[in-house]
Amino acid sequence: MTRSLVSRLWPLLLLPAGWAVWAAPSASTTPPVNHAEAEVPAGAAVVPTPDELRSAAAFRKVAEVLRHPRCLNCHPAGNFPRQGDRRSPHMMGVIRGADDHGVVGMRCSTCHSDQNVDEVPGAPHWALAPLSMAWEGLSDAELADSLKDPARNGQRDLEKLYDHMANDKLVAWAWNPGGSRLPPPISHAEFARLVREWIDTGAVSPRGK
Amino acid sequence: MEIKLQVNDEELRVDVDPATPLLWVLREELGLTGTKYGCGRAQCGACTVHVGGEAVRSCSYPVRKVAGQKITTIEFLDQSVVGRAVEQAWLELDVVQCGWCQPGQCMSAADLLSKVPAPSDGDIDLAMRGNLCRCGTYPRIRAAIHRAAELLRDTAGRS
Repeated sequence: MTRSLVSRLWPLLLLPAGWAVWAAPSASTTPPVNHAEAEVPAGAAVVPTPDELRSAAAFRKVAEVLRHPRCLNCHPAGNFPRQGDRRSPHMMGVIRGADDHGVVGMRCSTCHSDQNVDEVPGAPHWALAPLSMAWEGLSDAELADSLKDPARNGQRDLEKLYDHMANDKLVAWAWNPGGSRLPPPISHAEFARLVREWIDTGAVSPRGK
Repeated sequence: MEIKLQVNDEELRVDVDPATPLLWVLREELGLTGTKYGCGRAQCGACTVHVGGEAVRSCSYPVRKVAGQKITTIEFLDQSVVGRAVEQAWLELDVVQCGWCQPGQCMSAADLLSKVPAPSDGDIDLAMRGNLCRCGTYPRIRAAIHRAAELLRDTAGRS
């Protein structure tokens, strides 16, 4: 009954534009308010807490980095990596392979070592992210949901996720990409700080625009 | 900085900047000029050698990274069963035209055959697409890899 009423009236409850960063809390954290996402249409009926607003705002900046070519090129949704600031398909027809490291004779490690060498980029454990970590085409909320899901994020809890974002050498490569490649728009330190803020304020998944 | 290398079954020491690409150590320090410089950007495959049993582009590998690992160059390819089959097939089918890319082609072919003894055309195309040949010898390369696979089967049948 209540659900039916809400479903009829929810357009009247639309939040002002300033509330459009309404965010659903993570199931894997202990957020201050346990909104039941399935029962409430996105953008309506629940007033976000200040922490939720902060968390959503922090994640939107994190998402800008995750969508940068330095990250997204090797987090593709398809069968091949991309390269360069224009995100062209990787030259030589490189493909993912069964273990995300390419195929016999054309492994990632055939060309990429653990450091940049002139124009050839390199960093420790250079490889494609597995398909469970594909980020292409995801909304902010879907990106956040993906990052928080141990089944998709390599069995990481949020602290391990932070450690990966802040300290992993392949992640850090994005800010030292070599050649003429552009780094993400904010510094690695600021990126790590925003990830920390997102987690500490509930790791919410920002809904809406 | 002194770095220990194991090249073609020989223990060697070189005194170089550890960031020097392996290619230049092989060619300039050790005189192993069979490995060719093509593009210097890991885009053509001419500089392919084996490190720890895997094909790598030596122009993009810092020598520091390969210290202590077994490095095989084209000069030593005929010391393995697979390498001998590749060389024989290349000669039988007269694959080479100008020849510049061929050391890299042979090293990549040997890498493929050591892991996929009877490769399909698709396996060959996937494995060899990083090795460019401006003379366009690709059909002969593919045929030679199939021939090398036959030779390997014959060898295995005799032993």
